[in-house]
Amino acid sequence: MSVVSSPAPRKGRNIELVLLLGAVGIVGLAYLNVGLAALGTVPPGIFALTGGYLAVAIAMHLVLRWRASYADPLMLPIVTLLNGLGLVMIYRIDIAKGRSITEGVALKQLMWSALAVAIAAGVIIVLRDHRLLRRYTYLAGVLGFGLLLLPLLPVIGTSEFGSRIWIRIGPMSFQPGEVAKLLLAIFFAGYLVQTRDALSVAGRKVLGMTLPRARDLGPILVAWGASLAVLVFERDLGSSLLFFGLFVAMLYVATERISWIAIGLTLFVAGAYVAYLIFGHVQTRVLLWLDTFSPDALAASDQLAKGLMGMAAGGMVGTGLGRGRPDLTYFAESDFIIPSFGEEMGMIGLFALLMLYALLVERGLRTSLGTRDGFGKLLAAGLAFSLALQCFVVVGGVTRVIPLTGLTMPFLSSGGSSLLANWTLVAILLRISDHARRPLPEVGQSGVADAQTQVVKMP
Amino acid sequence: MNAPVRRLALLVAALFGSLLVSTTLIQYVFAADLNARADNRRTLLSTYARDRGDILVGQTPIATSEPSDDEFKYQRIYAEGPLYAHVTGFYSFYGASGGLEQAEDSLLSGSSDKLFYRRVSDLFTGRKPQGANIETTLDPAVQEAAARGLDGVKGAAVALDPSTGAILALVSRPTYDPNSVSGHDLEEVETRYAALNEDPDTPLVDRAISGDLYPPGSVFKVVTAAAGLTSGDVTPDSVLPGGAFLELPQTDATLPNHDNVPCSPTGEVTLTEAMVVSCNPAFGQLGMDIGAEALQDQAARFGFGDAVSVPMPVTPSSVPSDMNEPQLAQASIGQYDVRVTPLQMAMVAAAVGNNGRVMKPYLDQSVIGSDLSVIESAGRTELSEAVPSEVAGQLRDMMVDVVQRGTGTLAQIPGVEVAGKTGTAEHGTGRKAHAWFIAFAPADDPEIAVAVIVEDAAAAGSEISGGQVAGPIARQMMEARLNE
Repeated sequence: MSVVSSPAPRKGRNIELVLLLGAVGIVGLAYLNVGLAALGTVPPGIFALTGGYLAVAIAMHLVLRWRASYADPLMLPIVTLLNGLGLVMIYRIDIAKGRSITEGVALKQLMWSALAVAIAAGVIIVLRDHRLLRRYTYLAGVLGFGLLLLPLLPVIGTSEFGSRIWIRIGPMSFQPGEVAKLLLAIFFAGYLVQTRDALSVAGRKVLGMTLPRARDLGPILVAWGASLAVLVFERDLGSSLLFFGLFVAMLYVATERISWIAIGLTLFVAGAYVAYLIFGHVQTRVLLWLDTFSPDALAASDQLAKGLMGMAAGGMVGTGLGRGRPDLTYFAESDFIIPSFGEEMGMIGLFALLMLYALLVERGLRTSLGTRDGFGKLLAAGLAFSLALQCFVVVGGVTRVIPLTGLTMPFLSSGGSSLLANWTLVAILLRISDHARRPLPEVGQSGVADAQTQVVKMP
Repeated sequence: MNAPVRRLALLVAALFGSLLVSTTLIQYVFAADLNARADNRRTLLSTYARDRGDILVGQTPIATSEPSDDEFKYQRIYAEGPLYAHVTGFYSFYGASGGLEQAEDSLLSGSSDKLFYRRVSDLFTGRKPQGANIETTLDPAVQEAAARGLDGVKGAAVALDPSTGAILALVSRPTYDPNSVSGHDLEEVETRYAALNEDPDTPLVDRAISGDLYPPGSVFKVVTAAAGLTSGDVTPDSVLPGGAFLELPQTDATLPNHDNVPCSPTGEVTLTEAMVVSCNPAFGQLGMDIGAEALQDQAARFGFGDAVSVPMPVTPSSVPSDMNEPQLAQASIGQYDVRVTPLQMAMVAAAVGNNGRVMKPYLDQSVIGSDLSVIESAGRTELSEAVPSEVAGQLRDMMVDVVQRGTGTLAQIPGVEVAGKTGTAEHGTGRKAHAWFIAFAPADDPEIAVAVIVEDAAAAGSEISGGQVAGPIARQMMEARLNE
């Protein structure tokens, strides 16, 4: 006989717990490995620190059980593993620089991680439904663009290492771009879900592509202008590419019109080319990218060259954690943490990391596919794609696929603002995924009808 | 909106795919190129961080790596640096440079394929890779005697074991201290290296095997005599012209005897007498009699023109081709464009002493692993037969006479029969000539063959003068070996 009821959907919380234990176990072993290889002793506080990290991860897991029990079971373990490996590598650079654990960067990063997880848990608890975010579409837009352009303000905006992407208030410094990425994704999702019908109205047909009406070009031109402003005035190609790419991708998802991608790419390439012709710092970046080892490029910066030589030194299997010399590259714990991993864990280790990111993005896109409301679909796709694009910009920058930019690797790189923003991003994805995977209450079957009794259960 | 999300996923796959490709290119395809870059500090540090093997003379290391407490981990130390400078070379920021450091870099650093099984076992046991040690063939007593003799002058001295080809001494002067350019202070090393490199006396050059080659002068007469005797047309008693000069065909120029005196009152000499007094007209005529080809072939059988490695590459010595008769006469007494290394002339002496057989010269006695097991051991290799053994005996008798009653009396050792030949090689008018001496002892069963050259030390045109300067140095080297 046929069974009418669909099988009970799997929540996956137990799988998540097992994976989480595995992730923290790997992080603990990596920490032990670094200590033994670089110091020759068991690193300080191995049980306390690993235990503390486990406690933070388990707390997040419990929050999910409590408030988002259908959330995707892979995201949290992946992010926990990435964040933990980042901590280990930052500690490893601390050792190389001769900093003890108390004066190093790693412990700060661990505190930031705990804070980031706490905020992510807060988001899960407070934000019962992601559709609530749609109410704040325009607030998010204003805040997002504001934060994006904040470093341009005098006094608080500071220019560091050639890019004006920091704000500094007293002793606190902050890279607002990461938070802006999150807010802008919310804004784009809310805005596009409202206007998608208008934007997808067909205009003229050119070269087999249906172009949008001229009057609908406004939003993309605004986004383009903002991204060029970021490129030119903040000297930050990475953020510029990230925001504009995010906008175009979400515009495409919303309208299903390939012409938007063509228009977006054309605008960006044209804008970037003009910026290249006009601005010296853009030319330097391009020179460093195309001809890294020329005397001119090395005179400007040998950072990329050193990172490449570090990766080459690692080769296929790497020198082993704690056995390389990643500290020879500047910013080995932040912008250049990927070459640091490449050197010590080899090509195979980098592949593993990239696969983790790819898997995380894939879970995000799957969430988007499974979500029933347009806003959630757009938001999930946007957030997932922004992660992918950021990985591409960072790893592509240090491996010479594209010019090097000043972005940090999500979850791995040292930096508090990046951690806070990306954990929050994952929290929102988890929230949407809970919504996407949660079965719809079946019509006519609710309340009492759900409660099965022994009597009616088939043998 | 699901279709564009799926296409977005394809784009994401392409983005990550490109990252996998770029990572592969850097870490696998071009990794070796990147690692080999001169400005790669990681490679520099990791080669420095290896426990490089020792270079040994007997059981005493002349180059060793000692742990240092800076980032380079090891400091290369050269005991008696100046004495063995050209044997060891040095190990600096410029890499291994000169001598065995460069020639056997892969063994000393431990990266040689010969150490493959050791490296594999190091990988599994977690033992730090260590370079192999190289035990040289040098005899410190002979080396020191040569260095003492050449103290304060420019020149070179080589000593060989005639029966094996083992190099007993390899000295080039002026010398330098390899320790001075092996420090860890880059700026200091750069300054000192530049000073050595620009020094007009070229202390970095190993004159014994790879300098600007010398004209051999009269020591080359041994080769000319060998060619004549081997041809069968000439015997030690053959009579040759022995006036004060030799008329040359095709030109007004003549080939004068040294000191412008006749070789004998009669104007004629036997080949033996010509050798004893180093008679230029006699050898000039002998060369023209046998022809250029015979002379070149004879030189080639002694090893001229061969690129041998000891393991440092030795510049091949040469006899010019396409000579006319006057040039051939000049070449027959070791002038014109005949160019030799001191090592090559030591090989000539050694071959005469070794019944005509030329042994391949070598400096590596054995390669010893860090666990003291012998990885490779030198074996004697015969390069060629220079002359039949009866000719070798005739040449030996003539060279014995040179030392007993000819131009080489200063090389006599009481109680030992020494065979030798003097030379005074002119190089340009108005300059003092190079003083040469080649010898082996004991003459009937030699334990050592030597070649000594002292630059710009002999009165031009005076054969006695060359023997006076270089002969005693050769004698001291041979004594050092025979007294052991």
